[in-house]
Amino acid sequence: MAAFALGWLALWELAARAGWISRLFFPPPTTILLTLGRMLVTGNLAPALALTLYRLALGVAIGAGSGALLGWLMGSSRSVRLALDPIVTALHPLPKLAIFPIFLVLLGIGEASKVALVALTAFFPMVINTLAGVQQIDTTHWEAAANYGARGRALLQRIILPGSLPLVLVGLRLAVNGALMVTIAVEMLSAREGLGALIWLAWQTLRTEELYAVLLVIGVLGLASNSLLELTSQRLLPWKGET
Amino acid sequence: MSESALLVNHLAKTYVSPRGTVTALADVSFRVAAGEFVALVGPSGCGKSTLLRLLGGQLAPEQGAIEFPGWPRPPKRRLVFQEHSLFPWMTVLDNVAFGLEMEGVARQERRAQAMAQLTVMGLADFARHYPHELSGGMRQRAAIARAFVTQPDILLMDEPLRALDAQMRLVIQDELLSLWESTRPMVFYITHDIEEALLLADRVLVMSGQPGRIREEIPSPFGRPRDLTGRTHPEIEDLKWHIWTLLEQEVKRLLQVKSK
Repeated sequence: MAAFALGWLALWELAARAGWISRLFFPPPTTILLTLGRMLVTGNLAPALALTLYRLALGVAIGAGSGALLGWLMGSSRSVRLALDPIVTALHPLPKLAIFPIFLVLLGIGEASKVALVALTAFFPMVINTLAGVQQIDTTHWEAAANYGARGRALLQRIILPGSLPLVLVGLRLAVNGALMVTIAVEMLSAREGLGALIWLAWQTLRTEELYAVLLVIGVLGLASNSLLELTSQRLLPWKGET
Repeated sequence: MSESALLVNHLAKTYVSPRGTVTALADVSFRVAAGEFVALVGPSGCGKSTLLRLLGGQLAPEQGAIEFPGWPRPPKRRLVFQEHSLFPWMTVLDNVAFGLEMEGVARQERRAQAMAQLTVMGLADFARHYPHELSGGMRQRAAIARAFVTQPDILLMDEPLRALDAQMRLVIQDELLSLWESTRPMVFYITHDIEEALLLADRVLVMSGQPGRIREEIPSPFGRPRDLTGRTHPEIEDLKWHIWTLLEQEVKRLLQVKSK
């Protein structure tokens, strides 16, 4: 696998340097890496990365947090579920980026509208997975819990939260991935700083090696967040056997 | 104490579904005394589980009544299920301590009690394991421990050994009897295994289904304390045959209905 990737990169390098493909649109990998190094040392990459991470983290915290809370509430109360399920189902498939202009009108062109859109993106997978997580708790476990006297807070803490956790964490992973995508997209649309803004600027000025360098950073970011969540899952779910 | 009992009077329960009304139980009456071990046998779908959930308070009766005369306080009723009833996200120790936890027993105290119960049953080494790391038989024994450690007045068991193989059953039946002998709760034990019912219980209630009702009540020929080593008794084959004749027609009818 690694050998295949390296071979592909070597071919790209060779093709670009030999002029078989356009160096403007496909700069050789070594150039991209050098550009990345230069941007890290001198340029605005670090502050852009920090700003993007900040928007992502804040959006996920607000969106996924409220999503999980609502999911648990819907899972615990039939009436809340019946009232809110149609609304969630109707709003979920809406492309979040299409709502961005409305957020701009409501919240202005500052940080609020961007973070709100990221939060909304993180919200839906979290509600849906958390609710599913509560609903997949086995009937026997509900019965056993009730028979041994679990209700109210004890039921929430000992049954509903841990029982739904596997799917909550799946929801969180989907939320983070969706949120990262929307963060970058929103920055391309309307931000002057951030990784998305850097990509757009690089494209408009045709500095494609910078474009690829930022893409590389975003790729690593996605990889890192997913590995972190995977590790967290394994730590939090020792009771999930290897399957 | 000798007067306290479980009294079931003309109990009935129907389920209403879009496809019609199903009478699960029709006019079921019986009495179980405190400290008595009673088994209920019947074919699949005769309303056994419905009856158990009514007794456990999970379902409300439609007609008739379930009474608990003679108890100083409402008796503590605890269920043991068929399988997979341990909470997979808790260690065996926390599972066994769960009932005590819900009763408000302090952490150290409930862990000590749960550990003592596990030690009695030879499961102490698995206290820190999660249920998925245990065999089916061990899981079911831990589920039995979870019920016994709460010292219930009434133990309601819903075919607890159903999912286990015959050899495991023999061993766990023995263990169950000795656990019961040491604390003597009232046990209401549902099974479809006629022999198991006769081996464990003082009395066997034979139930027929559609709608469910008690057909006959049969005392077990074994005395107490009971030693299952030989598992034979001059009367046992006759009794098994007798119970089977009560159930045979219905099981055959059930199969015909299904093969149509």
